[in-house]
Amino acid sequence: MSESNQPVIAQATSEEMKTLAQNMVESIERGELTHAVSLVSQLNDVRDKTLYEEIGRLTRALHESIKNLNIETVGAGSEIEKATDKLSYVIEMTDKSANRTMDLVDEGIPLASEMNERAAELGEQWQKFLNKELKPTEFRALTKDIQDFLAQSESQSRQIKNQFNEILLAQDFQDLTGQVIQKVGTLVRDVESQLVNLVVMAGTVDKITGIQHHGLDAEPEAEPDSPIKAEGPQIDTSVDGVVASQDDVDDLLSSLGF
Amino acid sequence: MKILIVDDFSTMRRIVKNLLRDLGFTNTSEADDGSTALPMLQQGDFDFLVTDWNMPGMTGIELLQKVRADERLRSLPVLMVTAEAKREQIVAAAQAGVNGYVVKPFTAAVLKEKIEKIFERVEG
Repeated sequence: MSESNQPVIAQATSEEMKTLAQNMVESIERGELTHAVSLVSQLNDVRDKTLYEEIGRLTRALHESIKNLNIETVGAGSEIEKATDKLSYVIEMTDKSANRTMDLVDEGIPLASEMNERAAELGEQWQKFLNKELKPTEFRALTKDIQDFLAQSESQSRQIKNQFNEILLAQDFQDLTGQVIQKVGTLVRDVESQLVNLVVMAGTVDKITGIQHHGLDAEPEAEPDSPIKAEGPQIDTSVDGVVASQDDVDDLLSSLGF
Repeated sequence: MKILIVDDFSTMRRIVKNLLRDLGFTNTSEADDGSTALPMLQQGDFDFLVTDWNMPGMTGIELLQKVRADERLRSLPVLMVTAEAKREQIVAAAQAGVNGYVVKPFTAAVLKEKIEKIFERVEG
């Protein structure tokens, strides 16, 4: 890479320039100034020719690079568009899975609550029976209630078990979305390396041609991060200025008088 | 107790709603960003606002600032439930007048504790 980016002055060219320069010095020493001047102009021609060749080579490489980037990654039906679709799929999958899980929980909670309440009621009655506080009619009612409860809990606990199994299944999104996100990550890395190549090449062209982009060299004014700008989840909580847990939030707020 | 839950993700609204219901707060409404929430707050008689920070349209912090600047809403208790976890952001929220700050992902216990703490202060 670094070799191809350096203006390569061919051996032949360099020999030619050396000979011309030597001839020029000899001409000056002999006092043939007109000849010397013409040799200077020949030297200029050789330099220009080398530069043009090098610029031509780099322009072709740059063009090739831009073409690769365009065809494969940008525009309609491109990799970038596909990646965007893939990320939408991730949102869709996670949304579906979260709602499916919550639906199942919503169905299960009332079942569990009912079993809990009924068991507590029967427990009270049972305690009365053990304390010999129940009348025979009450005891008969209790045996019937217990029988009903056992049948009902058998069916309700089976329903809850099924709901748990379905909740388990609803977690399959992690695998599916994980694979998709990995692919998108690879694409982003590829595009980045192609862009870096492009920048390096454009830089070399500038250097050889002596083009200067006025205003571009100036460091862009660092935009101060507004503390109220939303950034989304912090992936790395070990970074300075990022809280690692709710405890850190609480500590910070309490230091502010909360 | 009438509560407005503001978050751009419907699943997160649903989670917060279910947790609140579990804590005995059944009268809840939802909005998906600050610009939808603000008119609801101005028209409705909400007692409590639970809001996310990062939302399209009007963000949670902007909503908080608007609430604090509104004559009738300025004393409304506001709990921020958000993934924003930078110290300077938490400080900014505190300066804007937030009553509590919960970072996502959070547990039911944390949400309960923060809500109870807010009501203790408001009533006390």
